[in-house]
Amino acid sequence: MNPQIALPILIPLMAGAVSLVFWRSRSMQRFIAVAGTASLLLTSLWLLVTVNRDGILVMQMGDWPAPIGISLVADLLGAIMVVLTGIIGFAVALFSLATVGRGHEAYGYFPLMHLLLAGVAGAFLTGDIFNLYVWFEVMLVASFALLILGSEKAQMEGAIKYVALNLVSSVVFLVAVGLLYGMVGTLNMADIARRLATREDDGMVDVLAMMFMVAFGIKAAAFPLFFWLPASYHTPPVAVSALFAGLLTKVGVYALFRVFTLIFHQNPGYTHEILLWGAGLTMLSGVLGAAAQFEFRRILSFHIVSQIGYMILGLALFTPLAIIGGVFYIMHHIIVKTNLFLVSGIVHRLRGTYQLKSLGGLYRSHPWLAVLFLIPALSLAGMPPLSGFFAKFVVIRAAIEAEAYFVTFIALLVGLLTLYSMIKIWAEVFWKSTPPEGDVDPYPAINSREMWLMSAPVVGLALCTLFIGLNAQPIYALAEASAAQLMAPERYIEAVLGASEVTP
Amino acid sequence: MEPLMAITIGILFAAAIYMMLRRSIVKLVIGLMLLSNAANLLIFATAGMIRGAPPLVPQGLSAPEGVVADPLPQALVLTAIVIAFGVLSFAVVLVRRAWEIVRADDLDKMKDTDT
Repeated sequence: MNPQIALPILIPLMAGAVSLVFWRSRSMQRFIAVAGTASLLLTSLWLLVTVNRDGILVMQMGDWPAPIGISLVADLLGAIMVVLTGIIGFAVALFSLATVGRGHEAYGYFPLMHLLLAGVAGAFLTGDIFNLYVWFEVMLVASFALLILGSEKAQMEGAIKYVALNLVSSVVFLVAVGLLYGMVGTLNMADIARRLATREDDGMVDVLAMMFMVAFGIKAAAFPLFFWLPASYHTPPVAVSALFAGLLTKVGVYALFRVFTLIFHQNPGYTHEILLWGAGLTMLSGVLGAAAQFEFRRILSFHIVSQIGYMILGLALFTPLAIIGGVFYIMHHIIVKTNLFLVSGIVHRLRGTYQLKSLGGLYRSHPWLAVLFLIPALSLAGMPPLSGFFAKFVVIRAAIEAEAYFVTFIALLVGLLTLYSMIKIWAEVFWKSTPPEGDVDPYPAINSREMWLMSAPVVGLALCTLFIGLNAQPIYALAEASAAQLMAPERYIEAVLGASEVTP
Repeated sequence: MEPLMAITIGILFAAAIYMMLRRSIVKLVIGLMLLSNAANLLIFATAGMIRGAPPLVPQGLSAPEGVVADPLPQALVLTAIVIAFGVLSFAVVLVRRAWEIVRADDLDKMKDTDT
């Protein structure tokens, strides 16, 4: 029995339920938010340590043996993702204490946040394809409600696009699951992989692979399916934006990694080639979209899209080094991107706007904030010695080794354009002098407790970035071990189904 | 039975996509409803249509005898119906709120957040 597999799902679910019990008590909900996410972080670390030591952990729900019951499976990639969920959940919970208004809290901000985390953790840990769909829906419903908290006009417009496209993606996913079941007669991912491996290739497998690619591509905001993301991510309160930016698209990326390494890996000449083109175009269109924007969070939203391209590039090249790069990139990106959104939240709290044109002079008034922005920003652009450098280095080196020179060129160009965007924000928000009308805007003074609560998670995440950057070897070794598991799907199958069933 | 089912599902998908391509957000939600129903019927059909053979285990045996209907897709459909119901009722409320706030039923008038 391995309770640590189920705990990262159960803890946020319980925390959400208890928060609902204390519906009227604001202080109690805030306490549970911090305590719940902190214990999520601790159990996820416990899970990662155990998985790293003992290999893939499996838990059969209700003790039904593998292909019949639902399995929870924690391999290294899943465990790493859960740890990142814990880190982001904890950071955002702290940040929410200072930034989420009384009105939002009264309408259930904290219970929804816990539900979202439970859905995300469930998606990372499940070993059953239909169960994955259910966790996606849990996550989506919570994100829908979080997105429209506050009911502003922009939120409504963004939410309609977000809801419509994500529901379409869910239906495509559901149809693909149904057809897959009709073909192989099982829902357990390990069992599906085992049965597909013995099947004659008749084209239907590729059709299903494409359906999964479209469904997860919408969730991950890959080209040409990303238009819902820049239309909606800049509308909700900033803590919600940061949570979404860090976790939601990465669940789609994780699902792509899982499905295209475990289940659909027989025909990489077809499926992974399409992924490769998709990755290149995702990087390029995202970064070019960002270049045209002059709103803090919109620039960051477009950069989510372009960074997703790097992760999918790692998967698409499908060499051991490329998968290492992809996993490393996910680890670095989740932390950095959330941190940038949190910094934009502090800027908004200080100046009352996200428009670059009306911001300025923050380096003079808050030099420490400028440094805190530079760390994740330069890391995103891939400056050594920060985490992004090593992530980009591994992915690009894998691309060169695979002789995919065109994509290599795009990846390098996108790195440069990312630097341009980040320097644009730096110059407009921090470096240039305060524009004259900026002083006229009345914004409420900020007390020191609020400032501490907002900057603590930003400092913590910046330290994580520095830690990954300056101490890259152990993190690289972790990514390497997880990539080794991904490239050897028979280990996953053996762990879930038991050694005797691997060779049918 | 299967060809009839396949044609029905095809018509439902076509109608859903047509509705979603309209500019009205009410029609968008109707399209989403049709789409989820089409998906549910599709899952139902993937198991094959077997009539009059419930998957019941006779007394004294540990497995049902002969060919029986597969109960799993029906469980999947049931789950999917419940999820779709919840999500779509959210979408209906969202459309109503959006109408109250934006005062438009036309997606072309909801482009403020796009560029």
